[in-house]
Amino acid sequence: MASSADTADTQEPGHGEGETRRDFLLLATVAFGAAGAAAAVWPLIDQMNPAADTLADSTTEVNLEPITEGRRIVVKWRGQPVFITKRTKAQIDQARKDDSATDLIDPEKDADRVKKAEWLIMVGICTHLGCIPQGNRQGELRGEYAGWFCPCHGSHYDTSGRIRKGPAPKNLAIPPYEFLPDNKTVQIG
Amino acid sequence: MRKLIIAIVSAATLAVFTGSTMVAAAAIKPPSQDWSFSGMFGTFDRGALQRGYQVYAGVCAGCHSVRLLAYRNLLDIGFTEEQVKKIAAEFEVSDGPNDEGEMFDRPARPSDRFVKPFPNEQAARAGNNGAMPPDLSLIVKARKGGANYLHALLTGYKDPPDGVKVPDGMAYNIYFPGNQIAMPAPLSEDAVEYADKTKATIDQMSRDVTTFLAWAAEPELEERKRLGIKVLLFLIVLTGMLYAVKRRIWAKIGH
Amino acid sequence: MSTKEFKNPIVRWIDYRLPVFSFMEHELNEYPTPKNLNYWWNFGSLAGIVLVMLITTGIVLAMHYTPHVDYAFDSVERIMRDVNYGWLIRYVHMNGGSAFFIVVYIHIFRGLYYGSYKSPREILWMLGVAVLLCMMATAFLGYVLPWGQMSLWGATVITNLFSAIPLIGDWIVTLLWGGFAVDNPTLNRFFSLHYLMPFVLVGVVVVHIVALHQHGSSNPIGIDTKGPQDSIPFHPYYTIKDLFGLGVFLILFFGFVFFAPNFFGEPDNYIEANSLVTPPHIVPEWYFLPFYAILRAFTADAFIYWPVAWLMTPKLAGVLAMFAGTLVLFVVPWLDTSPVRSARYRPLYKQFFWLFVIDCLVLGWVGANPPEGAFVLIGQLSTAYYFIHFLVILPLLGKFETPRPVPTSISEPVLGGGAAGAGAATKPMEGA
Repeated sequence: MASSADTADTQEPGHGEGETRRDFLLLATVAFGAAGAAAAVWPLIDQMNPAADTLADSTTEVNLEPITEGRRIVVKWRGQPVFITKRTKAQIDQARKDDSATDLIDPEKDADRVKKAEWLIMVGICTHLGCIPQGNRQGELRGEYAGWFCPCHGSHYDTSGRIRKGPAPKNLAIPPYEFLPDNKTVQIG
Repeated sequence: MRKLIIAIVSAATLAVFTGSTMVAAAAIKPPSQDWSFSGMFGTFDRGALQRGYQVYAGVCAGCHSVRLLAYRNLLDIGFTEEQVKKIAAEFEVSDGPNDEGEMFDRPARPSDRFVKPFPNEQAARAGNNGAMPPDLSLIVKARKGGANYLHALLTGYKDPPDGVKVPDGMAYNIYFPGNQIAMPAPLSEDAVEYADKTKATIDQMSRDVTTFLAWAAEPELEERKRLGIKVLLFLIVLTGMLYAVKRRIWAKIGH
Repeated sequence: MSTKEFKNPIVRWIDYRLPVFSFMEHELNEYPTPKNLNYWWNFGSLAGIVLVMLITTGIVLAMHYTPHVDYAFDSVERIMRDVNYGWLIRYVHMNGGSAFFIVVYIHIFRGLYYGSYKSPREILWMLGVAVLLCMMATAFLGYVLPWGQMSLWGATVITNLFSAIPLIGDWIVTLLWGGFAVDNPTLNRFFSLHYLMPFVLVGVVVVHIVALHQHGSSNPIGIDTKGPQDSIPFHPYYTIKDLFGLGVFLILFFGFVFFAPNFFGEPDNYIEANSLVTPPHIVPEWYFLPFYAILRAFTADAFIYWPVAWLMTPKLAGVLAMFAGTLVLFVVPWLDTSPVRSARYRPLYKQFFWLFVIDCLVLGWVGANPPEGAFVLIGQLSTAYYFIHFLVILPLLGKFETPRPVPTSISEPVLGGGAAGAGAATKPMEGA
């Protein structure tokens, strides 16, 4: 009777054409079937990726006129907070000076982080474990570098949003944005 | 005897499926048309889609919404990103509240859904003699006969036969169930000036807007049929191989 | 029971603590299956695979569906338009429901033809009917979820039927609805129950298979296997045959999914539910049509109600008959009195079997059409015949039919004229 053990690949000599053909056919069929099964599983996984409407819903416009010098606001973009700051000259100068600071955890030039020097626009999520740093409202702590301070594990960010002290590994992220030709609005995303 | 039974059973099965949802109304069956999107290899004619969109926007959008479509979907018809932004920006949507707590209007973006002509059903009925112009996003799937029915309906307005009185506010249509439809004939010669300079006859506009609405109801159609061919070919080959393996394995058992 | 030693030490370690490998070895390689099964025996495993497909796609759909009257319809359309491959998953699920019923109906008719329900498989059969009931409940609940016109009005018609129950009917309906009509509370609980029922179904299927494995499959000639010469191991013979059958089925199934995905559906369900507008013709999904016809066969003017008019209304009669149409299946093993299992050797029963099939198709056709004109009488006659088949014909046939001579064993007809069998030690053909 069928002495089907495990995968018996070893051919006994003398069985000849029939056995070899069947094994090749079997192998080819299994391979073909497996490829099909994998292709069939993909849609079940891909459906969890962001859907078309989620991907499309990714632009926010912000009116910059009401923001006076020194003010910081928070807006929502893709479900996340975005910090918009109109920096004072003193803050800009400090940020520029610190370009050459030796203790930058994630070295980056201030000029590379802004398009217009006075407008600092960053994603307000601490790059350590995702809390929202303080420093936007009156009375909130700004940390030792006059920027932002994350209360969860004590990360300090400077006036350019760079991580200076604490466990966060990277500077606060800069989202894609553009200033609209009317000079009053910025479009994020 | 066996053959007779098979014949009867097959006929009965066919009757059940093709005979179901037989409507006993007076309307006649819409004639079958050739559509670019029918059949296993069908695709949407891009020209027809864009002309159809023009007809929708110019003629139908005054009363009928397509609330399940977003302006960004027009990218699939062949419009560019810039064109889509421009089309969207012609419409205003409500947004907010702003920092003062007020709702405000702003130009639509590609990610917004198509703006509805009426804010709600009551306003729609008030503006249309009590009748509700249905949303058109799914109309081709929501009517028996699909695209054939829609095209027949749009071109099916005729004078009522002798002795049939049509009340005020209604029109006579030979394909509409019950023959009396609240929508007056929407298409007239040259109602729209096509951007691609095609002559805008009633038949042409009807075909184009039907194609557009067929796409609106089934935007996945082309991908579905493409993938379908691949899947069926794959399965036919695999089943053939499985049959060969089956025969080999069963060769030992005399059947 | 041979406890084969596995070569792999990890396999042995696991198997000693939880005998999954021995179990698989027994079920696949040792489990004796009659060697003469034909393709009508594929439909059981096929049903199982369709069930897995439905559960998988269903769980995935539930990641995107919102069971609230204001969002349900739109959430389904979002799946169709925006979710990656959402249209594919939805169409597989939708057509999977129809496929499940096609496969199971064929599986049931196979059982009726070959007498698979006869001793010792009565409980196996009844468990199968229980699976059918779970399927019907699941399908009914599921059809409500897209919240189209047919979803709402089909649910309204069927839940209203329960008001036919004397005394407590109205209270039961209010309990089912959670309100005064089919509305949001109803939709929400239907979603919960639709998610639950398939797993209840799986449980019943497991018990169904346990019952099957007690005595193994029946076979087309209806004669029990007498020894190893009549059986072959399930693997590889029936695993490959089932896979081939699956391939054929998938070609047909995906033919519909990709090229005619709405063939089995109702256009009206692409219109959002509106409790102020009733569709001109309310029809359930095709697999309920025969039962719908039985329900509507009981009209108000039939005289049989007069004696019990205080208790029995046409509505209640229709409801009871509709349920009886399914429940009568439970007692088929006792209604059929023939000592012969397979219709192959029952020339009279064979004819009545096909007549019954035609009757079911006629009932389906009646159910699809409005209850007017000729359809009323045809529906009533077909309903009567449906019950006559089970309650009158089956019992009488067993007593009065002269069956054809039945072979003594499975191996016998093969030796009688078939191709060269491989080394099966058999006795010389015994007198028929």
